[in-house]
Amino acid sequence: MKKDIILCGVGGQGILSIATIIGEAATRTGLYLKQAEVHGMSQRGGDVQSNLRLSTEPIWSDLIAEAGADLIISMEPMESMRYLAYLSKEGRIVTSSKPFVNIPNYPDEEALQKELDTLPSIKLDIETVSKDCGNPRGANMVLLGMAAPYIGILSVENLREAIATVFARKGEQVVEANLKAFDAGVAQGQGTASRK
Amino acid sequence: MKKLLLGDEAVALGAINAGLSGVYAYPGTPSTEITEYIQSHPLAKERGIHSRWCTNEKTAMEAALGMSYAGKRALVCMKHVGMNVCADAFVNSAITGVKGGLIVLAADDPSMHSSQNEQDSRFYAKFALVPCLEPSNQQEAYDMMAYGFDLSERLGEPIVLRVVTRLAHSRAAVEVTEPKAEKPLSPATDQWVLLPGIARKKYMALIEKQDAMKQASSDSIYNKVEAAAGKTGILACGIAYNYVKEALGSDANLVKISQYPLPDEKIKALAAKCDELLVIEDGQPVVEELVKGLLGEGYPVKGRLTGDLPRTGELTPDNVAKALGKATGAVFAPAKNLAARPPQLCQGCGHRDVYAALNQVLADYPEHRVFGDIGCYTLGALPPFQSLSSCVDMGASITMAKGAADAGLFPSVAIIGDSTFTHSGMTGLLDAVNDKSNITVVISDNLTTGMTGGQDSAGTNKFEAICLGLGVEPEHVRVVVPLPKNMPEITRILKEEIEYNGVSVIIPRRECIQTFARHAKDKKLKS
Repeated sequence: MKKDIILCGVGGQGILSIATIIGEAATRTGLYLKQAEVHGMSQRGGDVQSNLRLSTEPIWSDLIAEAGADLIISMEPMESMRYLAYLSKEGRIVTSSKPFVNIPNYPDEEALQKELDTLPSIKLDIETVSKDCGNPRGANMVLLGMAAPYIGILSVENLREAIATVFARKGEQVVEANLKAFDAGVAQGQGTASRK
Repeated sequence: MKKLLLGDEAVALGAINAGLSGVYAYPGTPSTEITEYIQSHPLAKERGIHSRWCTNEKTAMEAALGMSYAGKRALVCMKHVGMNVCADAFVNSAITGVKGGLIVLAADDPSMHSSQNEQDSRFYAKFALVPCLEPSNQQEAYDMMAYGFDLSERLGEPIVLRVVTRLAHSRAAVEVTEPKAEKPLSPATDQWVLLPGIARKKYMALIEKQDAMKQASSDSIYNKVEAAAGKTGILACGIAYNYVKEALGSDANLVKISQYPLPDEKIKALAAKCDELLVIEDGQPVVEELVKGLLGEGYPVKGRLTGDLPRTGELTPDNVAKALGKATGAVFAPAKNLAARPPQLCQGCGHRDVYAALNQVLADYPEHRVFGDIGCYTLGALPPFQSLSSCVDMGASITMAKGAADAGLFPSVAIIGDSTFTHSGMTGLLDAVNDKSNITVVISDNLTTGMTGGQDSAGTNKFEAICLGLGVEPEHVRVVVPLPKNMPEITRILKEEIEYNGVSVIIPRRECIQTFARHAKDKKLKS
């Protein structure tokens, strides 16, 4: 079994933390893992992405091939569509619904949301959800929670344990706040999926 | 024990565990994380392994050669273009030879994710006549450090270790070995004095080592043959091996190449049982050209030069699969509601205030040009500022402004960051002072090396003294604080210094907001 995931967003939105947690969970469960990241210039408010490959068998390529991704997990709706060529026809997009507008030519929001609806996608206002559960900086954990049921190769419990490990050095409060955001994402994400 | 490591971290840990005594480097994507990992590693701290950042790649290379002279193992790390900066020292280190193992790590950036070109460092290894190792994965990157130091000491030559962005910045699990002891202090006893008489002998000695280098490649566990049926033989260099295996699995009929000079006999044997060879390499067509020479006219060799693979840009699973004749899956149509999102200066960054002021003042001088340099502030070339006319290499802002001023251009303005100024700007400023060139130099000082993530900057707290020491007149070294509220003062000073016929230096100084936020956070955690 294998799972190829593209994580994307805008530099500074916290996609590398999501990658770290999935990486930690995969390592703990003994899966093979490759995770290609983008560092350097593109982190300055530009588009960023990370290729995550998880498998029960050894993995060769660090990069995902076109039409190869099972999942695109995105912190930003327009960014979720930047990598469409990499999404498998059976794949799925899990994205934040709230645009991050830092360019003058950001597309018409209604048209963008409409186009997203034509794709196999689920979306959620993760920033509002994270604020509602008292962790305004936990939007990326809400997103990970939303995506968790679709990752498949890792259980929701695997991911919770990894969150606890990764944030342990920041103290129990931070761990609890992130788990709460993650759980809210799991619950809301399932709501979104069943409504569709 | 297995550890999840970036390619860069695998190099770093491999070096520490191979008995490294010092890493010498200047930050540059995608190589920066190697030195950072060593700086924060407990064993490196306990052993006092040298890991402080150097002023530039040349000082790094020379210091590492000195450590090697003293008998200890040293590592030099840089991005590919850093090889140009240290080339004088590097090429001559092959002539002097080494005592303690010396590995020169060059991190190439095919597709120019964060670079000005995609030059291939394997050319440098060939140019200097030394071996090159090119790991295909994180485990090999780790293992090749101990292997490379041993090889370096056995041959008495520096070894180039070439990685590319996709290996440097990708994580995988690595089996880690026990750390070895450092080498004792035991300085070289032969003369490394490259006077012509000695250099000729040493150069001949290097030539005579070429057979041993060829033999090492031929015997190397990293240059392996995987035989399968097929009329096309594949030469899979470095990470290209992964893309070939992804596409063909055990059906791949190939020689995997991860150590240079090329293993000629293995390549000839593959060519003999096939009708053609396909060379797959990330970067420039180095091997493709060499193999054409090796096999002679008439034997078909395919690769980037024949259009079977793209002439430029990095390898991907897709372009390799296509070259191998493998069909790829159906893809979604491109999104319609999609706009480019280029990187930009952070909100609140001092460079923004510098460009706002420059643009305001220079609007009165339609003939003006601003020569830029390398760092975050290169983004001043993009909207909304669009201030720059050039960005070429580290330090070129000052010297290009000087040359243009020599030609009569006015106003001729240079903008350079603090770390880039100490890297390669100081010597150019001395030229300008000696020539009394009519230029205005802006050293935008954010107290750090920002673009690569906020490493220490070699000249912090020394810039006024450096400029005065180089001979800039004291009344034309001006310091300002780049904040919107200071705009009237900054624009007035800029205008005065542009009007001054000679060299003036303006230093807008305010800490990078990224490092400022990090320092504030660290302080909070400590209290």
